[in-house]
Amino acid sequence: MSTITADAHVHSHDDHTHAGSFLSTYVFSRDHKIIGIQFLFSTLIWFLIGGLLALGIRWQLAYPWSSMPILGKLVYSAEGGQIAPEAYTMLFTMHATVMIFLVIIPILAGAFGNFLIPLMIGADDMAFPTLNMLSYWFMWPAFFAFGASFFVGTGPASGWTSYPPLSLTSEAQMFWLIGLTFVGVSSMMGSVNYLTTIIQMRAPGMTMFRLPMTIWGMFITAILQAFALPVLTAAGFMQLMDLKLGTGFFIPEGWSASNSLRASGGGQPLLWQHLFWFYSHPAVYIMILPAMGMVSDMLSCFARKPLFGYKPMVYSIAGIAGLGFIVWGHHMFVSGMNPVLGMTFMVATMFIALPSAIKTFNWLGTIWGSKIQFTTPMLFALSFVSMFIIGGLSGIFMAATPVDIFIHDTYFIVAHFHYVLFAGTAMAVFGAIYFWFPKMFGRMMNERWGKVHFFLTFIFLNGVFYPMHILGWVGFPRRLADPYHYETFRHLLPLNQFMTWCAILMVTTQIIFAINFFYSIFFGPKAGRNPWRANSLEWQAPSPPGHGNFDFQPIIYRGPYEYGSPEVDEDYYPQTTPPPTDRPLAVPAH
Amino acid sequence: MRHFWAFLFLLVPILGVLTFLLAPYYNHAFPRDISEQGHVIDQLFMFILSLTGIIFVGTEVCLFYFMWKYNGQSNAEPVKYSHGSHTLEVVWTILPAVTLLFIAIYQMNAWADAKMRRPNVPVTAEVTGRQFNWDVRYPGPDGELHTPDDIVRVDGDIHFPSGEEVLLSIKSADVLHSFFLPNLRIKQDVVPGMQQYMWFKCREPKEVVDIVCAELCGWGHYKMSGRATFEPRAEFNAWLKEKAAEQNVRQVAQAKEEKKEEKK
Repeated sequence: MSTITADAHVHSHDDHTHAGSFLSTYVFSRDHKIIGIQFLFSTLIWFLIGGLLALGIRWQLAYPWSSMPILGKLVYSAEGGQIAPEAYTMLFTMHATVMIFLVIIPILAGAFGNFLIPLMIGADDMAFPTLNMLSYWFMWPAFFAFGASFFVGTGPASGWTSYPPLSLTSEAQMFWLIGLTFVGVSSMMGSVNYLTTIIQMRAPGMTMFRLPMTIWGMFITAILQAFALPVLTAAGFMQLMDLKLGTGFFIPEGWSASNSLRASGGGQPLLWQHLFWFYSHPAVYIMILPAMGMVSDMLSCFARKPLFGYKPMVYSIAGIAGLGFIVWGHHMFVSGMNPVLGMTFMVATMFIALPSAIKTFNWLGTIWGSKIQFTTPMLFALSFVSMFIIGGLSGIFMAATPVDIFIHDTYFIVAHFHYVLFAGTAMAVFGAIYFWFPKMFGRMMNERWGKVHFFLTFIFLNGVFYPMHILGWVGFPRRLADPYHYETFRHLLPLNQFMTWCAILMVTTQIIFAINFFYSIFFGPKAGRNPWRANSLEWQAPSPPGHGNFDFQPIIYRGPYEYGSPEVDEDYYPQTTPPPTDRPLAVPAH
Repeated sequence: MRHFWAFLFLLVPILGVLTFLLAPYYNHAFPRDISEQGHVIDQLFMFILSLTGIIFVGTEVCLFYFMWKYNGQSNAEPVKYSHGSHTLEVVWTILPAVTLLFIAIYQMNAWADAKMRRPNVPVTAEVTGRQFNWDVRYPGPDGELHTPDDIVRVDGDIHFPSGEEVLLSIKSADVLHSFFLPNLRIKQDVVPGMQQYMWFKCREPKEVVDIVCAELCGWGHYKMSGRATFEPRAEFNAWLKEKAAEQNVRQVAQAKEEKKEEKK
């Protein structure tokens, strides 16, 4: 498999800005590293906003109708700091919207995808640098649209799923849908770029099966986005037309609500759910596959041992992507969809658990017989594995249709996706920031404070999210501003208060991370090219890499996971180091 | 402490299992089941809980053991230079596949009972979700819905006969809602423009339970609650009669008032 597949010519670096103005270097930059860092900063700011929205939700669930300290005084001064029911509906709608569309998807694909893809495959930049720049700047209309939607009426309040007909009764939904469309345009530009770059611009010797798992995750994610996103964009336009132009794709005959009679009709509300989940189910894999890839890389690096079962890992990512297109119906078991279809989707859904199981076993195989270095990124990567087991297993309950009848739309599902998306993806992202920070900024983050950050986040996240399983067991419904007026759920208040305090402490803990992050950018100890003694290609470039990335032409001799190879004396064997037969001394090329 | 992190991760399976073991003692588990069919769902849940529990403990303890044994600070052995094992991959592909297929097939019958095999009984009532209330319409003495003798209630106080199969026709007047009876383990979204059926049987003679709306339906979603009263057939019929009389009195009174106004 050592045939040279990539185009070997070295690009001339001078065709795009070398010595540009500040504006063209750092703002309207076409350099993939700057764009990646722009995505990183924007998404981290939205991460903070999304976290504060979550605190609003938690406050209401712990102390319903009592005035919220500090934040409540600022935002809901008219109500004396109290969260009104329509404000509560807006809070959980926007929490999910912000976290999914403005944080997780852009931080994985936009920030890490952009930064890592050219560096890891040995390219000097993306295939289409201008398109890449546009993919970032198309996020800004989305930021403005979502930001503006907060101020229209009481804000978007139809849930992040925007189910009609409820969504058609809200004016703010127009801004929400426009925001969604721009996020879609941005992701589409990104995914086309990633696909082209990964297929066309690999360095000589970098065959597909020598790509790091991170790149495989990004590659399959880009395919998922390219095929699933057009459906959501089209559906979004259809809903926009129902809202503004009087069409009736999702409006049944003779329908009226909120004292407004719609003349058009003949549509079907369930159609939206099918179209929405046809994108949004693959989207949950878009939100986890790159994280799985990054975790695989971190695990292998700090286990100082080759990744266990590289090819099965690749095939299972591909399997998840393939099956991901035929399981969307499991969001709709009790929606009124034909129950016979429910059975089909149940079987498909059961089988999508299989590739996830294979990946988990391979991660365990990777640390078996290793020498683990408990660095901060490794702790986050290990916690990803531990937490993903919980998130994966709780999925089986929901896949089981009869059980889903009871736990559907309860806190059980809330527990499930927070274990996958927060305890899984967000923890992997934290790990990835600690891991690739030296490459991004040329300096190390503080390890001691990194571990404190990890420890507290790990404890509190389980304090917030684990009890949600128990709430779901009682049937505690999600999206209720005051669940306690139901006798069935009244006794759950103390548990909710415990969870809220864990949530407040968890958000507070992130101050440690923020300080560590910004302090280290300026004052962290300088990192060399390869501070973790890792194999993959990006660690052979300077830290931070200059324009055009590599100061030599990388030629790839092996896969990225040759740790502890008997061929060399060191415990790592970079992808660019020529085999010993080609050179007299076994010195790694730095 | 050299193995601090390994033991931190060991807390995950220990506390994880303990939470689920202790929760029922604090009434933090399934709400009381009053239905005839609900135990099937409860048993399935417990079956999946025990199965996933075993896998959870197995994998998490394995993770702890590896973190403890292969700690770089204490493990003097050289790393195992292994890229994987074909046999292992086959084993851990086929075993979960068979298990998952078994779980899938095992529960098909329960799903069909709950959602596909509608009992052959007359419709007990028609329930309509509307922002933010559950309206109910009983067929009245002629046994047919949407006739003049129907009994309509909009106060969220819904009665059902206990000890017999209840068949509901459910629909929505405006947006999506979901008719959820936690104590009977049933839930069905109602969709405007679609008519659907639900069926259940209460095995207790007399019960009053919550009706919850489980699908976001607007700012008042949280208060879209109702009370379902299950009572023996005789009491249920008496209640219907009483409500029918009340309704007639109101209609007659209304008619009289209208006449008076005409005279004026």
